[in-house]
Amino acid sequence: MAQIELDNIQRIFQLGDSEVHALQDVQLRIDAGEYVSVMGPSGSGKSTLLNLLGLLDRPNDGHYRLEGRDVTTLSADEQARVRRERIGFVFQSFHLVPRLTAEENIALPLLLAGISPHDRKARVAQALDDFGLAKRGDHRPDQLSGGQRQRVAIARATIMQPAMLLADEPTGNLDRATGEEVTQLLEALNGRGVTLIVVTHDPHMGERAQRQIRMEDGRIDSDSKRPAP
Amino acid sequence: MMRSRDILGFATRAATAYPMRTGLMMLAMAIGVAAVVLLTALGDGARRYVVREFSALGSSLIIVLPGRTETGGVGAGSFVTNTPRDLTVDDAAALLRAGRVTRVAPLVLGNSEIAYAGKLREVMVIGTTTAFADIRNYRLGQGRFLPEEDWRRGSAVAVIGATLHQELFGAEPALGQMIRVGDRRYRVIGVLAASGSGLGMNADELVIIPVAAAQALFNASSLFRIFAEARDRDAVPAAKTQILDILKARHDGEEDVTLITQDAVLGTFDRILGALTLAVAGIAAISLAVAGILVMNVMLVAITQRTSEIGLLKALGATGSIIRLVFLTEAALLSIAGALAGLLLGHLGAWGLRLMFPVLPAYPPDWAVFAGLGTAIVTGVLFGVMPARHAATLDAVDALSKR
Repeated sequence: MAQIELDNIQRIFQLGDSEVHALQDVQLRIDAGEYVSVMGPSGSGKSTLLNLLGLLDRPNDGHYRLEGRDVTTLSADEQARVRRERIGFVFQSFHLVPRLTAEENIALPLLLAGISPHDRKARVAQALDDFGLAKRGDHRPDQLSGGQRQRVAIARATIMQPAMLLADEPTGNLDRATGEEVTQLLEALNGRGVTLIVVTHDPHMGERAQRQIRMEDGRIDSDSKRPAP
Repeated sequence: MMRSRDILGFATRAATAYPMRTGLMMLAMAIGVAAVVLLTALGDGARRYVVREFSALGSSLIIVLPGRTETGGVGAGSFVTNTPRDLTVDDAAALLRAGRVTRVAPLVLGNSEIAYAGKLREVMVIGTTTAFADIRNYRLGQGRFLPEEDWRRGSAVAVIGATLHQELFGAEPALGQMIRVGDRRYRVIGVLAASGSGLGMNADELVIIPVAAAQALFNASSLFRIFAEARDRDAVPAAKTQILDILKARHDGEEDVTLITQDAVLGTFDRILGALTLAVAGIAAISLAVAGILVMNVMLVAITQRTSEIGLLKALGATGSIIRLVFLTEAALLSIAGALAGLLLGHLGAWGLRLMFPVLPAYPPDWAVFAGLGTAIVTGVLFGVMPARHAATLDAVDALSKR
């Protein structure tokens, strides 16, 4: 059984009088621990696919089974729980809460999950250490560099030990060197067994993934897998 | 599920992160609550002032007025005559027979002029008897009050108020001196201690002479009032009945007097001023409703500003109810903080009022404080519900794409 199973997924947006087929008949299997890049021109449906995978959006038709469970029919609250426990998001613009320190930003998912302050503290300290942010815990986002911000965001995305990481242009707002650093960090996490799905414009980054999905007009155009090294 | 302490902490951080917005909202709430506290303090202060002034009259006092001012229905007497009989000194003396009445003082009132050593001024003259000092709780600064004597035989003595004493005699001794009131001369036998207050009549500027002397001075045979004092507060109704019976018998069975008790007057003033305070509180409460609408607006703006944060919280697995709770808590916190600030402000204002007008006991009543705080918090939360629901139903994908 694959970790992610998409069957006949349709996503249609209503724009005025016209319908836009953001996703058409998408059929996809992703196994646990895979490293997948999703590429394609703007409007090809790759972001919609990521939102669907992250349970931020629902398909108009079709089925999405996550770890064997049909998640399309879950209630909003149940979906929130799945997001909380199984899915980590990394965004292009980091999405850190500006008034909270790095520590507090990383602790947010633990806060939402109702983890006790004592456990929270230990886990956040560990995360700060792991991501090389030990001295930046009490800094607010505006006191951090772009790379540091994205590392805080990644620490936040992984603090609940999710089964998969969904990254939407994670290096889009970073310079080349910092982008490379962040990419390596994500790949290292993937190396430890987390499924990594990256949506990117950057062919250089896309080619690093073992499996590359190319999208066009809401359909999967090509799906190529490089043999494991 | 998120812990309530964490919700509180998160909401507090959010509230303190935008000091301008938070300050504005708190100010609106604070002004509303302060208005309620201050205005009710003013209203209730006025009420207490009036009640206290009336209490100074003595709580078991019954005042007899000639003539009937209330319509008491049509009785046998009302066909006989409409002209009320005057009250006389004999009427007053007869009241001493009433078992429930302990003291009686007839009262004649008039304006005249007082002269001593070439100094002359207008003065209010009271003609009465010994018991009047006890009924009105007059204290003497020097000498003694009117002597016990036959009410119909007024001796030529006078008791003067403290201000009069100051103006006419200055530092000189007044006791034993002869003053002229109108066209008669009186010996000063007493000076009242300065009292300052006294509703209607200022005792500091009075000349008090025996009732018969005053009747002679003003060439009148009737009385202005009769002051009677019941044994105690509980005896007042029984004393009233006795007084009415005696006067009715003396006036050919006609009930042509009016009795005023302090309780009745006090009760009326108490009700009027109480209603006024309530009305003022109601008007002030309108400002709280306005503050509530401001809370709603500010929260809606906050949600627009923090749309991407709401999207993020959803992506991190916050349910709609958590987001609703977070924003509602924030609104409630701001309302409570504003209400408390307003309470402080209101008390400060009431304190200032008391400093400026020491006679006015301007303390806000407890009910107003609780009602003000309660209304502020309830409106704050109530008006916070709509924005919070709005936040909870935002679409996660749209919210995340907002910058």
